[in-house]
Amino acid sequence: MSKKPRLTPKQRARRKFLGSIALAAGVTGASLLGFVPVAAKRLNERLRPPGALFEEEFLAACIKCGQCVQVCPVEAIKLADLTDGFGVGVPHIEAREQACDFSCDGLQCVLACPTGALIHEVAFPSQVDMGIAKVVAPAKCLAVQGKGFKGLARGPDFKGKLRYAEIDRWHPLQVADHPYDLELCDLCVRQCPIEIQIADCAKEDEKKRESLGLVAKRQPGECPPKHAIELQPIDTGDGVKRMKPVILEGCVGCGVCEMICPVEPAVIVIDSTESREKSRGMRA
Amino acid sequence: MSRVIESLRVLLGGEPKRVAKKDLPQEVRELHEHKFSDKERIEAIRIELEHKKRKKMPEKKRRLRWAVLIAVNLLFVVSYYFDIQLLEGALTASRFAGFHMADLNSALQVMLAFKHVVINLLIGTTTIFVLWWLLGGRTFCSWVCPYHLVAEWAEMLHLKLREKGLAKDIQFDRRTRSWLWLLFAVLALATGYTVYETISPTGILSRALIYGPGVALVWVGLLLLFEIFFSRRAWCRYACPIGLTYGFVGATSPFTVHYRLPNCYHEGECRKVCLVPHVLDTVIKGKAQAMEVDIGADCTRCLRCVDACPTGALTFKYKGLGDLL
Repeated sequence: MSKKPRLTPKQRARRKFLGSIALAAGVTGASLLGFVPVAAKRLNERLRPPGALFEEEFLAACIKCGQCVQVCPVEAIKLADLTDGFGVGVPHIEAREQACDFSCDGLQCVLACPTGALIHEVAFPSQVDMGIAKVVAPAKCLAVQGKGFKGLARGPDFKGKLRYAEIDRWHPLQVADHPYDLELCDLCVRQCPIEIQIADCAKEDEKKRESLGLVAKRQPGECPPKHAIELQPIDTGDGVKRMKPVILEGCVGCGVCEMICPVEPAVIVIDSTESREKSRGMRA
Repeated sequence: MSRVIESLRVLLGGEPKRVAKKDLPQEVRELHEHKFSDKERIEAIRIELEHKKRKKMPEKKRRLRWAVLIAVNLLFVVSYYFDIQLLEGALTASRFAGFHMADLNSALQVMLAFKHVVINLLIGTTTIFVLWWLLGGRTFCSWVCPYHLVAEWAEMLHLKLREKGLAKDIQFDRRTRSWLWLLFAVLALATGYTVYETISPTGILSRALIYGPGVALVWVGLLLLFEIFFSRRAWCRYACPIGLTYGFVGATSPFTVHYRLPNCYHEGECRKVCLVPHVLDTVIKGKAQAMEVDIGADCTRCLRCVDACPTGALTFKYKGLGDLL
């Protein structure tokens, strides 16, 4: 091996200068690679936690700390990996694995967010705009086929949780511990947090009216003003009782229907694309 | 004031200012001249250093610092794991017993990208600013940042490999960090994305510890490999904008490493262990401009120099507390 010629101070300075430029360019270049998943619009398909500003603003405002992750009682929120580029460390929800069922009541993730990436103006689930449920394979839907459902909605190994308020008001329970026996499958409607809340409000009103002759006073939005999903009868003329799930205006895109749907893959899924592009995290 | 300006200049990448011999204060000049007349003292130091070299003494302050660094990071992990809500979040932003805290560099990125500051972020940023001003600014780096710890381990390996000639130490211009800081600020402002957070090894490691590992660790691994084989502590020295942000905070901090010229016999042990040796320029023979010097803003207060100094010329002090420490 031949000995390298000694560099003059000038050559050394030049080499250091070029090396420094290369270092700066390398670091900046690596960071800008984060733009690739954003440019490919891959992130717009992400379901974000309640109150998330529209995607561009959300990525700017999120400080990537995961406080929302820590407060969620059903651990629905996950932080993205480096494969999300600029979205690394930003929270999202995989509804099929674990949807947001609002079992915290007070939108704890919104309260925990230190930067307002989850908009602090939302106080109740019905005000949230995460996306909207869509029935993507109606022919596979058990209700459309006129079938019931018996057993565990997602099998014995499913890790997801839901609040079954009639059993435990305060702690979410394993879906895998709750077998159903339904004459006609209505899981998406039955477990819809918005629908449950509407029913609860009606019950509360009823009780108050009976005992006091008063109507319960509430803050706007505390009780969902609009229904989110219902089953509508369909008639195919073969005498079988069939129903189809229809998504209504009150759907906030929480994903519980997607999680609970016993068909594989889910007949009903959340589409967050439109909300992510336009919505400020809440209903207008 | 001029001390602070000089310290900021060096922080930004400038070469430490040198003063001609004749312009030094007389007492300093005299001291420089007569320093080595005490042959007995110098012989004693030489023997002590040789003894140290033969029998490696544990660096006590370094161990304490590692313990603190691990404890702080573990507190995040434990708090989440056992749901005790003591320290929620990650290093980028958190809540300690309910009080907001926001990492200054992450907060800056968010403010520039989002162009809107909610009150909680302002509270968190102010809290952290005051906290780290009190604690010394870049103290964050060496006492809290998880990347600093793994980089120290990588550095140990790097030094071993260097001895065997298996690794290089490419030196970069220290101004690179200042340019990167500016570049990432402009990028956040212009693109509306917190671009730096994408590659921040501090954020990545903190989240990996708390929420579980991911692909992002590959980036941290690449940085470490680069440091091991090509350039000692490159990220912390030449690149990390977080270090510069906290350097600004620490420029006027009451907590500094303190240098006493009369005690110094210029063996240079301190500069060998230092992450940022330019802050110790003053210890080179003939360079000190005063009998006592506070070490500048880029110093991470890791106190390795204090452990390394054989003659007690380097100590740490908290202004206003006198000799209490």
